[in-house]
Amino acid sequence: MKLKLLGAAGMALFLAACSDHANKNVNTGAATQQVGPAPGSEADLVATAGDRVLFALNQNTLSSDAKATLDKQAAWLAKYPQVHVQIAGNCDDRGTEEYNIALGERRANAAHDYLVAKGVDASRITTISYGKDRPTAVGDDEASWAQNRNAITAVQ
Amino acid sequence: MTSSVKPLIPDDDADRLAAAFGRRGFMGAGVAGGLMATPLFAAGVAHAQAGDAEITVDQARTAPIPIVLPSLGSGVAQQITDVISADLGNCGLFRPISASMPQGTPDFGSYKSMGARAAMTGRVMDQGGSLRVEFRLWDVVTGKQIQGTAYTASAQDWRRIAHVIADVIYGRLLGEQGYFNSRIAYIARSGPRARQTTRLAIMDQDGADSRYLTNGQWLTLTPRFNPANSELAFMSYANYRPRVYLFNLNTGQQRLLGDFSGISFAPRFAPDGRSVVLSVTRGGGSDIYTVDLATMARRQLTSSGAIDTSPSYSPDGSQIVFNSDRGGSPQLYIMSAAGGDAKRISYGHGHYGSPVWSPRGDLIAFSRIANGSFSLGVMAPDGTGERILTQGFTVESPTFCPNGRVLAFCRQSSAGSNGAGFATGINTIDITGFHERALPAGSASDPTWSPLNK
Repeated sequence: MKLKLLGAAGMALFLAACSDHANKNVNTGAATQQVGPAPGSEADLVATAGDRVLFALNQNTLSSDAKATLDKQAAWLAKYPQVHVQIAGNCDDRGTEEYNIALGERRANAAHDYLVAKGVDASRITTISYGKDRPTAVGDDEASWAQNRNAITAVQ
Repeated sequence: MTSSVKPLIPDDDADRLAAAFGRRGFMGAGVAGGLMATPLFAAGVAHAQAGDAEITVDQARTAPIPIVLPSLGSGVAQQITDVISADLGNCGLFRPISASMPQGTPDFGSYKSMGARAAMTGRVMDQGGSLRVEFRLWDVVTGKQIQGTAYTASAQDWRRIAHVIADVIYGRLLGEQGYFNSRIAYIARSGPRARQTTRLAIMDQDGADSRYLTNGQWLTLTPRFNPANSELAFMSYANYRPRVYLFNLNTGQQRLLGDFSGISFAPRFAPDGRSVVLSVTRGGGSDIYTVDLATMARRQLTSSGAIDTSPSYSPDGSQIVFNSDRGGSPQLYIMSAAGGDAKRISYGHGHYGSPVWSPRGDLIAFSRIANGSFSLGVMAPDGTGERILTQGFTVESPTFCPNGRVLAFCRQSSAGSNGAGFATGINTIDITGFHERALPAGSASDPTWSPLNK
């Protein structure tokens, strides 16, 4: 399982690669090849529920959008009870390195607790924090920071 | 480095000066590792009286001390001269003046006319694999020898000899211990910003002789020296389990520190070197613990439920400054080293973080974040006298040099909207806020300054 080796940020690259792959299939007319994500896979989670929730500056409060995404993740996890996930918390770079490690974990924990409250077995979810060291968006502006304040769920 | 241990034989003047200043003799008894020093007496020239050459640091702040540094010779002798000159010039407290090496006693009259206050003379002799460096320091005004010492060491240790001589000059002329014979450990960074390769690395304090200690397989952060200068505590994401490890600088061996269920991070050694203080995530917060290095016994110091992190001991080991958002935003707090009640000390605009206590005990350096940009500053341990030393998009992770006069820190530029502007490096700055300069460490972060090398 290639995804096991990819961190949170690696997912974006992987997904970009997937869409490239899908486009090629269309272009070459390989219509008989299955292009949809495998059931229970990371790509399936992304397509079905969305893999990440975003947070406000210095916050770990779940917005209604975040809760809607996590509701879908909980439903998806109920559908695939053998799947284990890791939630990675991340921060923008407007905090110190060490504080942000804890803040990222706080965000991952918020998503974790919500999923558990929605009935997902806690033993199926681990958390990790990358602080500000694995930004999804590499820029430094409000739009990039908003993307980088997140908790990303990845299939293990 | 050679491994033989020989005692320092201090210059008699050096001892008298040290006694007069009421401080430890130059480098004390701790000098080891194949560097031998023997006194050189100045024939027919009176020695300086104790205190003669004392120039106060406050004076030096307003005017760097002009010092004549003639070339010690060609080849490695010139390289040694260059390192001495760079150490003294870059610290901002000296103005090196180049000259030709005098035959015999220097012409103090001409030095005076050049505006010099002090002068070095000396020579370098290659003794087949080892170097003998004869060094004399002169007070130009009185024409007296302040110190004369011959250093003998393995030829490969020529940089170390140069740093030791620069430390002697600094110590004799400023009346406090120099810091040039020391190292900085840091995180070397490479690759795209979204997934940087990070390696534990170490270099001399001037950026020379850098080398990697880890291979970059895992995200690695926040190295911190032990007081014995033999071990680093650091954080590694090895096997996707972010935890604190110890790296033995003599053997290269690594070992896990403690066995916590949460993420362990933000380590710092206690001043006695017997334990490490660190933080461990729990739920939505993190608690501060100590781990005894002999028994691995742990002791929990905080349990606020908030984020308590970045602990740093006072040099006497009695108190800990740390970062906490228990009051709603990240601020600096001080508590007893045994834990218990904490007192908030940061009250300026914005958020605070990455506190570190000066080895002199009189200051705490920190990062402050307000309006989307960072400042690096210092304050007294009671929170008074806050001074911002420098500002920037990101300026963080301050670390004091061994005598507390200079900070190294990480400076990062804004990546801009597309990421192209990102740069990260290590700078140094005097605690007065002057003489900020970039160290030639390349793409780097997380500096930590070693104690003086043995």
